[in-house]
Amino acid sequence: MSIIKTEGLTYVYGEKTPFRKVALDNVSIEINEGEMIGLIGHTGSGKSTLIQHFNGLLKPTSGKVLVDGEDFFADKKKLREVRFKVGLVFQYPEYQLFEETVEKDIAYGPKNMGLDEDEIKRRVNEAAELVGLTKEQLLKSPFELSGGQKRRAAIAGVMAMEPKALILDEPASGLDPQGRDRIFDMLKKYHTEKRNTVIVVSHSMEDIAKFADRILVMNEGKVFCFDEPPKVFGRSREIEQIGLAVPQVTRVINKLCEMGYDLGDDVYTVGYAEKQILKKLNKVQI
Amino acid sequence: MQYFLDAENVNFSYMNDAEEPPVRTEVLKNVSLRVEKGEFLAVLGHNGSGKSTLAKCFNAINLPDSGTVTVAGLRTDDENNLLPIRRTAGMVFQNPDNQIVATIVEEDVAFALENLGVEPKEIRRRVDEALKTVGMYEYRMHAPHKLSGGQKQRVAIAGILAMNPDCILLDEPTAMLDPRGRKEVMDTVKRLNREQGVTIVLITHYMEEAAQADRIAIIDGGEVLMDGTPKSIFSQVETMKHLGLDVPQVTELAWRLRKDGFDIPADIITEEECVQAIAALLEKGR
Amino acid sequence: MLKDITLGQYLPGTSPVHKLDPRVKLVLTVEFIVMLFCAKNMWAIGVGALFCIISFALSGVPASLMVKSLKPIVPLVLITSVLNLFFVRTGDVLWKWKVLQITTEGRDTALFMIARIVLLIIGSSLLTYTTSPIDLTDAIENLLSPLKKLKVPVHELAMMMTIALRFIPTLIEETDKIMNAQKARGSELDTGSFADKVRGMVPIFIPLFVSSFRRAEELATAMECRCYHGGEGRTRMKQLHTTYRDLIAAIYTTLFFGGIIALNVLIK
Repeated sequence: MSIIKTEGLTYVYGEKTPFRKVALDNVSIEINEGEMIGLIGHTGSGKSTLIQHFNGLLKPTSGKVLVDGEDFFADKKKLREVRFKVGLVFQYPEYQLFEETVEKDIAYGPKNMGLDEDEIKRRVNEAAELVGLTKEQLLKSPFELSGGQKRRAAIAGVMAMEPKALILDEPASGLDPQGRDRIFDMLKKYHTEKRNTVIVVSHSMEDIAKFADRILVMNEGKVFCFDEPPKVFGRSREIEQIGLAVPQVTRVINKLCEMGYDLGDDVYTVGYAEKQILKKLNKVQI
Repeated sequence: MQYFLDAENVNFSYMNDAEEPPVRTEVLKNVSLRVEKGEFLAVLGHNGSGKSTLAKCFNAINLPDSGTVTVAGLRTDDENNLLPIRRTAGMVFQNPDNQIVATIVEEDVAFALENLGVEPKEIRRRVDEALKTVGMYEYRMHAPHKLSGGQKQRVAIAGILAMNPDCILLDEPTAMLDPRGRKEVMDTVKRLNREQGVTIVLITHYMEEAAQADRIAIIDGGEVLMDGTPKSIFSQVETMKHLGLDVPQVTELAWRLRKDGFDIPADIITEEECVQAIAALLEKGR
Repeated sequence: MLKDITLGQYLPGTSPVHKLDPRVKLVLTVEFIVMLFCAKNMWAIGVGALFCIISFALSGVPASLMVKSLKPIVPLVLITSVLNLFFVRTGDVLWKWKVLQITTEGRDTALFMIARIVLLIIGSSLLTYTTSPIDLTDAIENLLSPLKKLKVPVHELAMMMTIALRFIPTLIEETDKIMNAQKARGSELDTGSFADKVRGMVPIFIPLFVSSFRRAEELATAMECRCYHGGEGRTRMKQLHTTYRDLIAAIYTTLFFGGIIALNVLIK
């Protein structure tokens, strides 16, 4: 069943001004319950505009957005419910922390949902565990945490709302490789444990390729492609042409293919590249 | 021989007020690092490893507790050397928004020269030259906040370049940029190093960027752990992984193939080398 | 959306008014204001109005903008005119109801006051329409520089103003982002009652303050790295130049001033 669905979604910035810009152009996609989606596009491709429609922060100029099959823009009361169903973590979310303690900050969303104390407590603890924050860290001021910890605390604040779909805009930007791996491991864990939909927005094909069930590539406000990773990477040359960086290993394998070594056109991880090369070598040796 | 940038047995610490009672946190422990004129050095390390602190020692923003730092023979602990040092070793920071002072691009580029009391006509000439070098001349009358991240960073580089420095220290200049902006900045930095002989110290988390340097220093826990050419550093894949640092994908692929028992060089760091090596391997098997 | 707020009302252009030295423009605007306060009768005010109309025509700023700049002062105009209408008791009585009465003199004073306020606003908005905030800051710094001798921190004030101008758009954007982030966590900024909205401000302002302090710190370091050490020994790339244009503008304004004085004397 689909959790988020758009039908002919179009969004225009600055209608009737000289700065008019079509940010989304007739986008129709369907995201299923429990899917792990990677959303890729360069700056200005419309990816940020798109996710802000999923929880009603932006209203379509034309077309529809359905969450759980409901057109929530038709009924204003539903708007808040939708924000609890679709949790949105912005880029650099640590800048939204404001409470005295990490615990209270994570509780802010659940409290806004009007849950009772016990339930809030349960959710805060669960979210903290998911992102790997300790009990002592929960009692600290969010401003005493390190950069990576702050980031994880802010993500926990949205996870604690237990949204059916969790959307994260560039969750690893600005972090070092270790911090980046930690965030992605945490998201994988969240996804396997909760089986909720997760949508990760990123510039980096490399990060996304490792875990996404399907990848949505946006270009100039339109859906460029929306498919499983091998199929998306099968079009890696076109993807480079629209200004996105494909993983280094994909470029290497592509070049080898051009030189006449058939290693497949859907290679996007080091492990898979290794396997393809080994297969070739072993076959040759036999 | 006198080195251009020379840090000898540098210790640096600060009082951490967040703890109760305040504790002294050691950031740099007996660090010695030298950079020759015209060299391109990349510094790798985790967040909090002390690499930014070290960079700030090289232009007298930070003064070491003990040990000496000299820039072109000038000691940073001499108050009279302050302006000459900062004019010799300019610094570009991570967040492009927080280092642009003026409301018009060209005014911002002029800022350092105005501070140094340079003649208006000379300022004009050097500002235009610096803007042309980074390819931002057409944008000289624009408002900085309307530029893309990569463009802002190039303006920041031009602001330093206008001082005609011998060295530019860049503290994670690409961390907040998209792939396109990262490429713009890296191309600019490499060109300055190659064509104008500007000494570059680049702090980064991106292994592909570090691979383009002449030399890499790895800082961990306030100490210089490794120092050598990109080939010699990245070929130690296991050590790098152990430190929680990545290696370029091509290096990892070659390393894995070596472990599988194939004869492939361990010091592959560029795509081209990788393609050649694998092609040779496949050719031999054929 | 907060992003749509534009800062100041500068309208870039190449008209003779735009090209004037900002210092001269500032001084002439002050002269114009003094001129208005010197005008003693409707005829003299008429000369001031003529000055405004000609200057506006020269600047190429659309008349609609001139009207728009008057909007915020409508309440002020109304209050002044009502006060003058009812409280000036001299002159012939035109209308009377219980204690309230309107006299001919009250009517004239009210009209006179309205005309003066309206012209004042139009004249000064012409300055802001044709001068960029940064030019204006430079002009103020330059004109006030003699005060440095009296230990007034003129350079520092101008620098503060420049940085404020530079960071206002950045902070507006940031506020927008934080608001969206908190809305996504269910704060009732756009859906709740007034009280809910006020409560919803705390989670916006705290992060905004925290980030502003961080920005300030980073900016200070970046400025230091670029050899900033106060206003001492500092030069400027852009030098302000007065040209023949500025002389003409000064003569033109002073002629009108003379006209007003003459009318003051001639028509009693």
